[in-house]
Amino acid sequence: MRILVCISQVPDTSTKIVLKNNNTSVNSDGVTWVINPYDEWYALIKAIELKESGIATDVHLVTVGKADVEPVIRKALALGGDEAVRIDADSNDPYETAHYIAEYAAGVGYDLILCGKESIDYNNGTTSAMLAELLGVDYIGSATGIQVEADAAVVTREIEGGEETDICNLPVVISCQKGVAEARIPNMRGIMAARTRPLKVITPSKVRAVTEVISYELPPAKAGIKLVSPDNLDELIELLHTEAKVI
Amino acid sequence: MSVIVLVEHTGGIIKAQSFEAVQYAAQIAEKMGATVTAVALGSVAADAMEGLGQYGAQKVLHVADSRLDELHSRAYAGALIAAAQKEDSKVIITLHDLKGRAVAPRVAVKLQAGLVAGALSYPDTEKGFVIKKAVFSGKAFAYVNILSEVKVIMLMPNTFPVKKLEGKAIVEQLDVSFNEKDFGVKVKSVNKVTGEVPLADAELVVSGGRGLNGPENWGILEDLAKELGAATACSRPVADSHWRPHHEHVGQTGGTVRPNLYIAVGISGAIQHLAGVNGSKTIVVINKDPEAPFFKAANYGVVGDALEILPRLTAAVKKFKEHHQ
Repeated sequence: MRILVCISQVPDTSTKIVLKNNNTSVNSDGVTWVINPYDEWYALIKAIELKESGIATDVHLVTVGKADVEPVIRKALALGGDEAVRIDADSNDPYETAHYIAEYAAGVGYDLILCGKESIDYNNGTTSAMLAELLGVDYIGSATGIQVEADAAVVTREIEGGEETDICNLPVVISCQKGVAEARIPNMRGIMAARTRPLKVITPSKVRAVTEVISYELPPAKAGIKLVSPDNLDELIELLHTEAKVI
Repeated sequence: MSVIVLVEHTGGIIKAQSFEAVQYAAQIAEKMGATVTAVALGSVAADAMEGLGQYGAQKVLHVADSRLDELHSRAYAGALIAAAQKEDSKVIITLHDLKGRAVAPRVAVKLQAGLVAGALSYPDTEKGFVIKKAVFSGKAFAYVNILSEVKVIMLMPNTFPVKKLEGKAIVEQLDVSFNEKDFGVKVKSVNKVTGEVPLADAELVVSGGRGLNGPENWGILEDLAKELGAATACSRPVADSHWRPHHEHVGQTGGTVRPNLYIAVGISGAIQHLAGVNGSKTIVVINKDPEAPFFKAANYGVVGDALEILPRLTAAVKKFKEHHQ
């Protein structure tokens, strides 16, 4: 069984966002780039677990980006994965990104495609379902647990107010979140091995983006806090009722 | 021409945020000189669908196939596309929620449409079709222009207040031919947590951090939540320590909440946590450390020990409710 894990590079969660060029772009100076946490902690680790337990034969990683994303894909390889593919394109549009991954994935043929629930930069959470549509396969989103049995996946996923367990034949695209796997830290052996694992670069057939970001904006600062004495909590409730009008 | 909007329901009861989506569609349609056609899938009563007229829908296309009572992303997308074709629609709207995320991307790909996920504004048509959305988990906003002829918008729930007006929508049946493949995902079991307020939709949230010292102290936080009718949430260290279930974790790598009131108890307010909650309209922070960064992001603050303050706050809420009944 072949697994493809989709990896995205994002700014580290502690990054403070600074804008530049008249708010038309995000300043990347001093930004530490990491593997999108949902891709790393859940999708990638689950794929590695499936390989370790002998269910998966191959785990491939794919990312869409220019050469500057290679350190992050190497970091992913240090956790596990047999080989990685970088699709050489600079895409900020999920439609465009999904087309590039679909073109590559259709050419190889994967039984299971794992993605993070969303990337923590653009918070769309749409690329995975687009990929399923382009490949003409089933899709299960926001998974909290995955088991693979023969040629089917048994997937627990979040629903409103609870969880649901689904069963679905392979191939399937699944987006992963907390619960699917436990995060790991790469060890020295993995880091050394990652250096020699293949990282292929492929040029995709150009797809035109259907969205573009025109500008960015930072949230307005809070007007300032009102402190209430711990001995007068009635006042807090009164403020929430009459001033904030939330209770 | 009409604007298409997907209406979600559970067991025939239409989701409250779907009213918001219909009203959002109506505002857009009015500007375009178009009408609103809602799409309802599965077993929904006629009067519930007619009632969508109160939020601005002229018509409801109903695909009555009971298999659609469960989410089947392919079939849902197929039904929306059939509706869009019938109505000659150029704008298709869903919510940015679990179902929307499974369905809208499929529709967008099929119709070669640009998609904005988590829309926070009406489209600005002065310079194209520009919609505001949160990025970097709420640390910034982006203005996204859709370049394609057909547009798909996933509205962030709880963005606009909903106003009920007069009106009654016309309900028409829509026949869509599905095949076996559209129902490839089978539901084995459903495990719903009853009696709790679902976090993502909650208007009031009480959230706890390490300042509660341990899972044994969670009862007093739940008491406050119960008294307020609020959902409970927690910070990442709390979920990682298994004090609370994972689905309660809010923050950049957990859930995002946008309630009217977020009460953070014993949470320091790391940048990752703030990212998941800064869409909240009002934030109250209770922390014994006056230097906790969360105070900078809050509207109201109480400096003090969570374990002492929580029971007193619950009592204050109780007293308030008695006076306002």
